[in-house]
Amino acid sequence: MITPILARQEGWNRQPEIVPDGEGELLEVAMGPHHPSTHGVFRMDVTLDGERIIKLKPVFGYLHRNHEQLGETMSYLAIMPYTDRLDYFSSLSNNWGYALAVEKLAGIQVPERAEYLRVILAELTRIQNHASSVGFLIQDMGASGTPLMYAFKEREKILDLFESLTGSRMMCNYMRFGGCRVDTTAEWLNQARKVVAGIPAFADEFEALLTTNEILMARTQGTGILKPELAVNAGITGPLLRASGVNYDIRKVDKYGIYDRFDFKVPLGEHGDVYDRFMLRLLELRQSVRILEQAFKDIPEGPIMDPKSKIRGFRPKPGEAYGRIEAPKGELGYYVISDGTGNPYRYRVRPPSFVNLTILEDMCLGQNVADVVLILGSIDIVLGEVDR
Amino acid sequence: MAVDENLKIEMGKQGVFVTTLQELYNWGRRSSVWPMNFGLACCAIEMIATTMARYDLARFGAEVFRPSPRQADLMIISGTVTKKMAPQVVRLYNQMGEPRYVIAMGACAISGGPFKQGYNVLKGIDRYIPVDVHIPGCPPRPEALLDAFITLQKKIDAQSLTGENRPRHLNPEGQGEFPVPEQGEHDLEPPSNTLVWPAPMVIR
Repeated sequence: MITPILARQEGWNRQPEIVPDGEGELLEVAMGPHHPSTHGVFRMDVTLDGERIIKLKPVFGYLHRNHEQLGETMSYLAIMPYTDRLDYFSSLSNNWGYALAVEKLAGIQVPERAEYLRVILAELTRIQNHASSVGFLIQDMGASGTPLMYAFKEREKILDLFESLTGSRMMCNYMRFGGCRVDTTAEWLNQARKVVAGIPAFADEFEALLTTNEILMARTQGTGILKPELAVNAGITGPLLRASGVNYDIRKVDKYGIYDRFDFKVPLGEHGDVYDRFMLRLLELRQSVRILEQAFKDIPEGPIMDPKSKIRGFRPKPGEAYGRIEAPKGELGYYVISDGTGNPYRYRVRPPSFVNLTILEDMCLGQNVADVVLILGSIDIVLGEVDR
Repeated sequence: MAVDENLKIEMGKQGVFVTTLQELYNWGRRSSVWPMNFGLACCAIEMIATTMARYDLARFGAEVFRPSPRQADLMIISGTVTKKMAPQVVRLYNQMGEPRYVIAMGACAISGGPFKQGYNVLKGIDRYIPVDVHIPGCPPRPEALLDAFITLQKKIDAQSLTGENRPRHLNPEGQGEFPVPEQGEHDLEPPSNTLVWPAPMVIR
């Protein structure tokens, strides 16, 4: 557990006023569904008193693509490519969560090398997700372009790795029940080592550019404070929860896969505002680099698929299973009920973005309307996952 | 009417630049197409990647993404259009000023893609608005979007200012408003705009 020691500007903890002052009329504004800062198609019906938010009603469903209903009509394996499109920034984490749930359901073991590959890919996904989400956050703040370009420069390097291994930049569809689809080569690992070795320098550059920037501090410190009690009660997970100071990381709690073998720390925030979330993502990025370095060192030779697992005619015994992982955005869970046929009887996704979005109003009340986009950006939502 | 190429070269040697109004007009339009800052789903991320340093859409004069449809020339439908979102997409298209173009990016925007079987997914945005370039892929690579963009530029270059095939914005009888579908009891009403998308003939 490490807490960031950060400079704070004076008066960052001023209390926002929530009650309307009674002068003038209240104004209702619909932000979205076409709004450059809503990260997709998402609408917020905000009630304003001057510049201050009195009420906020999130409206979603503009990207409802029937993920769960489609899942119940197709075979277990055919759902795998659809999970890519849930949180389209981190398709490999989504694959892992679903594979974990089905492996639990059918009692499949995963070989050692495949576990290492999964850790490597999931952590690479976390790095590119955090880099770009921080870039988008700064973009929403008005720093148009430059920080996002730095972030995407790093993201492209990681996407190249994904592409050379899985054949696709974004929709990787890489994991299978009981292992992974294709094996990696020594050259790929070397290339990945090189890319990972460059990431701390990127983080240093990014921090030097931004963390002590006066405008960024003035805009983000004290904005959108989330109290730890509320966060726990609302079921918030991921960087949003840890920025409020709650030490909860499923990699440490569940130790799924082989995460008990790695030495890494869970960064925690102190104040729970947008600035802490921003810093926390950069710190998590560095911890992911630590995990990756250990994984590159220890990755063994061997098979990547459990020989007993079936690809065709896969029919698990009747039962139910819940598999969850620490996706870059929080707890990503898959709940699968099998009735013994080739397709799941019930298939349910517990998306982190959707649950994290539920406390948007609590964080926005009393803030300026310009801060809403910041707070929304700091939650780091992906609408594919919110609406499914 | 095109200028004779030899005459053009000969005049160029004398320091005189000869062109037609049509060429000049199309050159101006194709060289600064401003896309709308409008992302729908997964493909939007590839669209953003296209504008970033590596693929650099600015080389083609299209780096200025405008959040307002009134200032935009090009709408990139980047992702799944759901039945809840389709009226908004058509309304945004109606709000764009002429000349306006549409690129349908990705399998979902073309036909519903992998989500075609879903009850809430529109099976292609070309049912409601005219689409100039379709790019297949799920999601298409940034190079594919660049290719679509070059295709669109070629299309703009080939447009004539007069005659039968002149573009919609130069035709006083050209259609400006496209009917916005509404949520009906079971589906969008109407299910498609028959002027834009003639329903396929079913042969039994």
